[in-house]
Amino acid sequence: MGDERVSDLKAKKIENGTVIDHIKAGHAPQLLRILGFEKPQDPVIILVNMDSKTLGKKDIIKIENKVLNEEKINRIALVSPEATINIVKNFTVRKKLKAHLPDVIKAIAKCPNRNCISNFEAVPTFHVQDKRGQNFRCHYCERLLGTEELIL
Amino acid sequence: MGWKGRDIISIREFSKKDIDEVLKRSSEMDRRPKKSLVGKKLSAIFFEPSTRTRLSFETAMHNLGGEVIGFNESKGTSVEKGESLVDTVKIVERYSDCIVMRNPLEGSSRLAAETSSIPVINAGDGSNQHPTQTFLDLYCIKKNFGKISGLKIGLVGDLKYGRTAHSLALGLSHYVDSLRLISPQNLSLPSHISNEVSARTKIDERTDLKLDDLDVVYMTRIQKERFPDLEDYEKTKGVYVLTKERASKINGIIMHPLPRVDEISPEVDSLKQAKYFEQAACGIPVRMALLEMVMKG
Repeated sequence: MGDERVSDLKAKKIENGTVIDHIKAGHAPQLLRILGFEKPQDPVIILVNMDSKTLGKKDIIKIENKVLNEEKINRIALVSPEATINIVKNFTVRKKLKAHLPDVIKAIAKCPNRNCISNFEAVPTFHVQDKRGQNFRCHYCERLLGTEELIL
Repeated sequence: MGWKGRDIISIREFSKKDIDEVLKRSSEMDRRPKKSLVGKKLSAIFFEPSTRTRLSFETAMHNLGGEVIGFNESKGTSVEKGESLVDTVKIVERYSDCIVMRNPLEGSSRLAAETSSIPVINAGDGSNQHPTQTFLDLYCIKKNFGKISGLKIGLVGDLKYGRTAHSLALGLSHYVDSLRLISPQNLSLPSHISNEVSARTKIDERTDLKLDDLDVVYMTRIQKERFPDLEDYEKTKGVYVLTKERASKINGIIMHPLPRVDEISPEVDSLKQAKYFEQAACGIPVRMALLEMVMKG
């Protein structure tokens, strides 16, 4: 049986909204936080540790009545670049998208450098810029950081 | 980009054309200093100790006909009461026309610049950047050789925590085809600097003190205050030391941002190669030029 059919057996299909599939196992809660869905207004279904042919194990998030915009979709790449994003309408997948690492990350990450001013004062926007492949440069302390070093 | 109102925060933000302009204006100021900032005030807010940088900025401003206010340490200021950097800057900018700041936290000058409506000059932010030191280092090299391109230059000592080494490596990468980096293995240039330097310049990293063929030997202090681990500091200090005998074999010049501890023996001072005090004096025309450029254009 396919992954989607297994997950559908365990959870209701959503009529309209966004399904984020192939999330790195165990990362769904962190992803919900960086997408700003810690206290969602609409129903959210979270499946963790599902079997996956491609990943071994995966998480899935289904968000009812919400189509994520490009900026939010690209945040997914910080946590799970292999994730697929399905836009659903009338119970049918209308669009399949992939996340791409953003050029700038604003206000959703902390700098791991303990001597960076961003960890002492409320900076107006902490953002990491100057994307070089999978690395980012902290706007303040200028350290080059990998996505895995960012505190999301 | 025009110079009036510009912040000087990181050497990364200056192109070769910008650096050449600073060196040209510094040379003009050296030959013909002028009182072009009469009536202007500089706030020198130093949260960390400084001798050369602070005094040279103060001297530069006085030479230009301006005045200086500020503090040399946070003791005795409202920072002791917990006042934030942002609030400090918001007050200071109302009293002056330009701010020069040294602070132990990396990125602090960037935050000050974003807060302030007047130009901010970074006099050192933690172990990140010290751009005006780089300008004066490059000016000293140009003064001695008439050029920077084509020279063989080596940076020696603490390249990991040394902000002057970070800024200088980035600045030099606009000019030289290769750069020799000599340091203990645990004090090598951090990757977030070396990656950028090596995109423009070939890097030759070594641990042995190969200096004789260099045109410029730039020594740096092993900085105790930047070591999170004192045991590491004790193991490393005194590793790269220039005695008179060793220094006399160097064909080029010896530079050092100072203060020195024991990495250059005082007997070296009398050698013709020793240029570190002349280097410090270069801070005056360079900082005069920068102050004029950001306050007047």
